[in-house]
Amino acid sequence: MLGLLSLWPTTKIGPPPTVELMKPAPFEYYAPDSLEAALELKSQHGDEGKPLAGGQSLIPAMNFRVAQPSLLIDLNRIDDLRYIRKQNGEMRIGAMTLQSQAEHDKLVEKQVPLLHEAIPNIAHSQIRNRGTVGGSLAHADPAAELPVVALALDARFRAQNKGGERWIEAKDFFAGLFANSLQTDELLVEIAFPEMPANTGTSFMEVARRSGDYAMAGLAALLMLDKEGKCKKARLVYLNVGDGPVDAVQAAVSLIGKKPNAAAFKEAGQIASQKDMSPLGNLHATPDYQRHLSAVLTERALAQAFKRAQARK
Amino acid sequence: MTQSFPISVTINGKQHEKNVEPRLLLADFIRHEIGLTGTHIGCEHGVCGACTILFDGKPVRSCIMLAVQADGHELMTVEGLAKSEEEMHPLQNAFWEAHGLQCGFCTPGFLMTLLPYLQENPDPSETEIREAISGNLCRCTGYQHIVDAALLAAKKMQASP
Repeated sequence: MLGLLSLWPTTKIGPPPTVELMKPAPFEYYAPDSLEAALELKSQHGDEGKPLAGGQSLIPAMNFRVAQPSLLIDLNRIDDLRYIRKQNGEMRIGAMTLQSQAEHDKLVEKQVPLLHEAIPNIAHSQIRNRGTVGGSLAHADPAAELPVVALALDARFRAQNKGGERWIEAKDFFAGLFANSLQTDELLVEIAFPEMPANTGTSFMEVARRSGDYAMAGLAALLMLDKEGKCKKARLVYLNVGDGPVDAVQAAVSLIGKKPNAAAFKEAGQIASQKDMSPLGNLHATPDYQRHLSAVLTERALAQAFKRAQARK
Repeated sequence: MTQSFPISVTINGKQHEKNVEPRLLLADFIRHEIGLTGTHIGCEHGVCGACTILFDGKPVRSCIMLAVQADGHELMTVEGLAKSEEEMHPLQNAFWEAHGLQCGFCTPGFLMTLLPYLQENPDPSETEIREAISGNLCRCTGYQHIVDAALLAAKKMQASP
């Protein structure tokens, strides 16, 4: 102990420095309790006013000071943005609905089975108890599950500003790496998922090194059959193999009009992994491995979606 | 100018009134402002699960929440488990009996994850237990004894919840 004390600077004797408790950089904080108040703040502060939804991506980034927003608009007090309801043949989900709430919702399970299947793949239960549906979509992480699901189902996004609202199609909502097409005075307030039509099956699959980790590759698949059992419509959307959800259009087109079978699924997997995507690779998977995973998962997901489409008369 | 917010938080049944800077993390608030150091901080970015607490009854990561967000809410930390200094909770007893810990750093997070899980799923399989604790990292045990402890805890909690 004495030895340690002797190392203490002698010129300026004083108490040892207090532990630095603050991990995030300073910011101004507002927690409006109504959407109107939040939109007012958004119109005043624009891009400076960073919305805080579940914070399960933003606060870690702030802890490391990778993100240093100057002003946070915490949306967690706006209970009006937490709901799941059926409306005009769509499932309407409030942007601040917890992922865990959607995960265990019986209507979601029945009407939007792809969403129900994908949510348990989002990190861990502790994260889903805080993370929100709208937050994850607006964050637009290319490795995230929800953007892929939203695009595969052609979900619609309701954005609102002080003056009014507009609807944005999923294909227009995602605007590249961690970017969405919201204007600086807008907030995402609701997402509309179409209900599953008859003769349609979906499947979500991903491969991660450990349960809850970011996946190395994965996809949301949708297959719609016509009266003769041939493929009428297909959708294959991949995660973590581009700068956002990757819509494999050529692979999907290759299936149209075909009898769904193993050969057709294999071909679609080849087209998707070789022509529709250009994965960059990461620490855990080379681009070739990501293509390989995507091809194999395509075959499996299409086979499962086909089985489910046959069962959903 | 630094903003400061008055907050009122109930932790383990006791109400606390404090002023906090908005950037103070909930985990740091619990440890340094309230003095409940049973909640541990490992990775500080929501991966390891050591800081897991119950927020209105549900397990969450306290290191990726702001203290100011807990205003008006009810929290439970590992200190809230035991009935008294002398009597541990059945879940704690199970970890003790089955050697569910070595260094113990991760244990508060495991306990706070398992408490609501076992209350909702009183008779889980080993596979279900492994899924339930997949968001908590342990660097000592290799998880085998933690799984044993959780299965034992399920039995104990059924007998005396």
